[in-house]
Amino acid sequence: MEPASRILRKVLREEAFYFFSSIGNYIGQNAASLEEFLEKIKEVNSRSLEFHLYRGDFEKWVDEVLGDAWLAERIKVLRSQKLAGDQLKDQLHLTLLKRYNELKKDLPQSV
Amino acid sequence: MKIKRQAISLDDLDWKILQALQENAKQTYSETGRLLNVAHSTIYERIKKMEEHGIIKKYTTVVNLERAGMKYITAVMSIITNPKESEEVAEKLSAFNNVLEVYTSLSEELLIIAKVVAEDQSDLHSFIAHSVAPLPGVLRIRTSIVTKKHKEEGLAVGLNPSLSIKSRRRQIAREGQGT
Repeated sequence: MEPASRILRKVLREEAFYFFSSIGNYIGQNAASLEEFLEKIKEVNSRSLEFHLYRGDFEKWVDEVLGDAWLAERIKVLRSQKLAGDQLKDQLHLTLLKRYNELKKDLPQSV
Repeated sequence: MKIKRQAISLDDLDWKILQALQENAKQTYSETGRLLNVAHSTIYERIKKMEEHGIIKKYTTVVNLERAGMKYITAVMSIITNPKESEEVAEKLSAFNNVLEVYTSLSEELLIIAKVVAEDQSDLHSFIAHSVAPLPGVLRIRTSIVTKKHKEEGLAVGLNPSLSIKSRRRQIAREGQGT
C-alpha cells in the first residue's frame, strides 16, 4: 500500500479523533480520516482546538493512528508558536490542507 | 412483611432491620435484636424472608480506597444519546469495571448518567475519549469531576428518615459502658 493512501484511509470508529472542549466533555464531532479532520477543524470551536493542541492530542493521533510523522512534526511546530483563537484555527487548517493536497497528488492515478 | 398477590409490603420492623444492616451488615442477629428490642429469632426469620424475596440483594463491602493507598477521582458523566441506541450504550457502559453506576433519565434528550472512577484526570479523559465517545449512539458527553462527597446513603435509610436507630445504638453503647 502506498504511504499516501495509507495516511488518507478512513480509520475504524474506535480509532477516530473525538473532539472535546475540556476534560471529559465531548462536543459531538469526530473525524475518521485526514479529509474529515480537515473539515472538522473549520467546524469546531477554537476552544476545542486549543484544548487538544496544547495537550499534544492532534500530533499524537496524526502520528500514531494515521501514520504521518511528517504532519505530526508540523503540528508540533504550530504548538510551539502558542497560537490561539481564529489564528490557531486558520494556521492549523492551512497546515493540514497543504499536507492533504500533497498526499492527494501522491496517490496513484486510477485508470 | 406481608405478601399479597406477589406484591410485598414491609412493616416498620422490616425497615428498621434494613436500616440496621445498612449501617452494619456484619452485626449478629442477637445484636440487631438487642438494638431493636426484638428476639434474635424474629430478626433471623425476617432477614431470611427478605433474602428469599430478593429485597436484600447482597451483602457487600464498602472499601475506603484512600485508606487503602489508592489515589483516584470520581466523575459523573451525562451522556446524550440517540434514543434508538441508548439501551445498548447503557449496557456497554455497565460492562466497564471503572463505571460504578449507570442510569437512564427522562429528559428532553435521552440522557444516560454514569458514575465513573479513574486514577487521575488524564486517565479519566483517556477512558472517555477512547471507550465512551466511540460507542455507537453517543452524541455528546458532559463530565463533572466530583470535588467533595457530602452524602452517600442506602435507599432504605433514605426513604425512611424518621426511622432513626442511631439514638438507640448510642443508648446501648452507654449501657455497655455503665456495666
